Amino acid sequence: MEVAHLTKKFGDLVAVNDVSFDVVQKEIFGLLGPNGAGKTTLIRMMTTLTLATSGTARIAGHDIGKDADGVRNAIGVIPQAFTSDPELTADENMLIHAKLYGVPKNKHEQLITELLESVDLIKFRGALVRTFSGGMRRRLEIARGLVHAPNILFLDEPTTGLDPVSRSNVWEMIRTLRDKSELTILLTTHYMDEADKLCDRIAIVDHGRLAALDTPTRLKDSVPGTDAVEAEFEGAPRDWNEQLQRLAQAAGVTQRDGVTHIASHDGPATVAALMDLARARGVVVRKVSVQSTTLDDVFLHYTGSELRDAASGGKSYDISHLYR
Amino acid sequence: MKFYRVWALIERDMRKFFRSPALMMSSMIFPLVQLVVLGYAFGGKIKGAVVAVVDQDRSVESRRINEMFNGISSGAETFRVVQYGSLPQAIHDLRSGFIRGVVEIPYDFSRRYYKHDRPRIAFTEDNTDQFVSSSLVERIQQMVAELNTPDVQPRLDTQVQLNVVEVYPYIEYVKYLLAGSTAMAIFIVAMIGGGITFIDDKARGLHEGYLVTPVSKSELVMGLIGAGALKGLMAGMVLTIIGGLIAGIPRLWDPVRLVYLAVVVLIASLAMISFMFLVMVRVDDPLVPRAIFGVLNTLLFFPSGAVYPVEAFPWWLRWISVIDPFTYTVHALHNLTLKSTGIEGIYKDVIVLFCFASVMMVACIGLFKRQL
Repeated sequence: MEVAHLTKKFGDLVAVNDVSFDVVQKEIFGLLGPNGAGKTTLIRMMTTLTLATSGTARIAGHDIGKDADGVRNAIGVIPQAFTSDPELTADENMLIHAKLYGVPKNKHEQLITELLESVDLIKFRGALVRTFSGGMRRRLEIARGLVHAPNILFLDEPTTGLDPVSRSNVWEMIRTLRDKSELTILLTTHYMDEADKLCDRIAIVDHGRLAALDTPTRLKDSVPGTDAVEAEFEGAPRDWNEQLQRLAQAAGVTQRDGVTHIASHDGPATVAALMDLARARGVVVRKVSVQSTTLDDVFLHYTGSELRDAASGGKSYDISHLYR
Repeated sequence: MKFYRVWALIERDMRKFFRSPALMMSSMIFPLVQLVVLGYAFGGKIKGAVVAVVDQDRSVESRRINEMFNGISSGAETFRVVQYGSLPQAIHDLRSGFIRGVVEIPYDFSRRYYKHDRPRIAFTEDNTDQFVSSSLVERIQQMVAELNTPDVQPRLDTQVQLNVVEVYPYIEYVKYLLAGSTAMAIFIVAMIGGGITFIDDKARGLHEGYLVTPVSKSELVMGLIGAGALKGLMAGMVLTIIGGLIAGIPRLWDPVRLVYLAVVVLIASLAMISFMFLVMVRVDDPLVPRAIFGVLNTLLFFPSGAVYPVEAFPWWLRWISVIDPFTYTVHALHNLTLKSTGIEGIYKDVIVLFCFASVMMVACIGLFKRQL
């Protein structure tokens, strides 16, 4: 996949802004960002569901603007919303898609059986999809997306709305797909752990732009410090942040929501120094914790806000009159 | 265009249709109920309307009129005669809605009769119900004409007579309404299959599932319309047969006529589904088709001649009937079910419906959004 300067505007709103990246074969590539960051619009342009305002992309050698059918034949797409037909059985959903892709009739039975076996739904092949749980339905849709043996699989937030067990099952499926096939996978997610555990490379998307792109390890390494110390204080003096900057192994200090975040090259050493300093200055340490750098820290570093903040950072409405 | 893709979309819809018998039934129950209730409610002759006779003359001649009224009362039963002694009381009861008309035989009826001075009787009618009052007036005029017939016929009759020859046996209204009910069944399938299902699919995001496949705009439109037309064919034929049995259509199982009926119903389904698809092609809100169902039903069904002849319409309603696919469906079905015509009675309607469907489909393909 070669994405070059893709842009999508809805009136004055720029949903995707000049995004470029490449994805190599057999790679699991993640687009990480909060809701509204532009991930789905980007994936929709790449899967020909939405026309790009400018820029282009080549998917499996086919240009999205000039050879949309070539793209559609080469890809499998699992959209964010459930798109399997609830009034049809699992088998029928697979069969109709196989026919839409022109899979030869003599291959239908074997192919559908193998795919349903691979997603552990073979026992439920005759059951109506409306009786399926969210996780079962998502697994069916992944199998359905593979019915025509595509080169590339697009998964738009594949685990959103699923319970932890179902999420874990879907992750396992994606890993198995990577290990057992030549499939290239592009997935979008707003879950840090999902991107961290599944993706070979991650592109952080924020406000329609690519804020960073690299492997999870390198992204974490790019954040100052290897550990993150979080602490809450009482009675801190005005220059407290400046004093914290001088702590042993501290790489940077930020303050959000009354919590102090200290990036550190050695978390335990910084905590020990912090406790000494607080005792000496008469500051009460109400809470302190230390953890390794996570993708949340990476997101914070590159976008200036935490993923959960960005997710809830949209326009707010005063609805107090509704319950006054 | 790849027909295997069109057929895959048809197969998908047909599997869902057969899995949902309630949907199949609901597309037929309303037209059947309409056929039975409207067919028998509107189709009958007026019987038992209460008419007061106020005989103020009380003569031999006035008694003869009374006997004629009683004869109708016990024969054709168009009305039931109630004798009143007082004209004001009869008029009061007429205005109160207890009786439908008052026949007054005045004091001087027999005197004028014998003087050959144009004897008169008066009929005061409740004309709030045109249907009943015109039936009563027609019956009373027949009776007066009989009264005026001379007892001894002249040797040479110079009066002009009109002999009416009816080409077809008496057609009950329920038979007349059957074509409209069949068209209504097709229309309901068009609403459910061609309108509501498509928009519900959109609202539920299901259409994204087939938009990501290589299926083209024309394949999608043809597939969805084709599935709707097949459903319309089934509903239309089932209703024609059940309705035909209820209404007592003769020679219902004539295989040639059944083929013609199937052709008309299929083309009509194609026309109505493609029309509905065009109306809904850019609609996203699933409430819209439900909201406009009543409007479209009234606008298409009533001007078609399904319940009342087009010739009785004002000019603007006639124009609606000209562009209304129901009109041609009803006309062709009337010809087949009431007149037992062959291809010569339906080919013009079939051509118009086919052209209409083709224009609608081309417009649908042009307007259909392949992207989200």
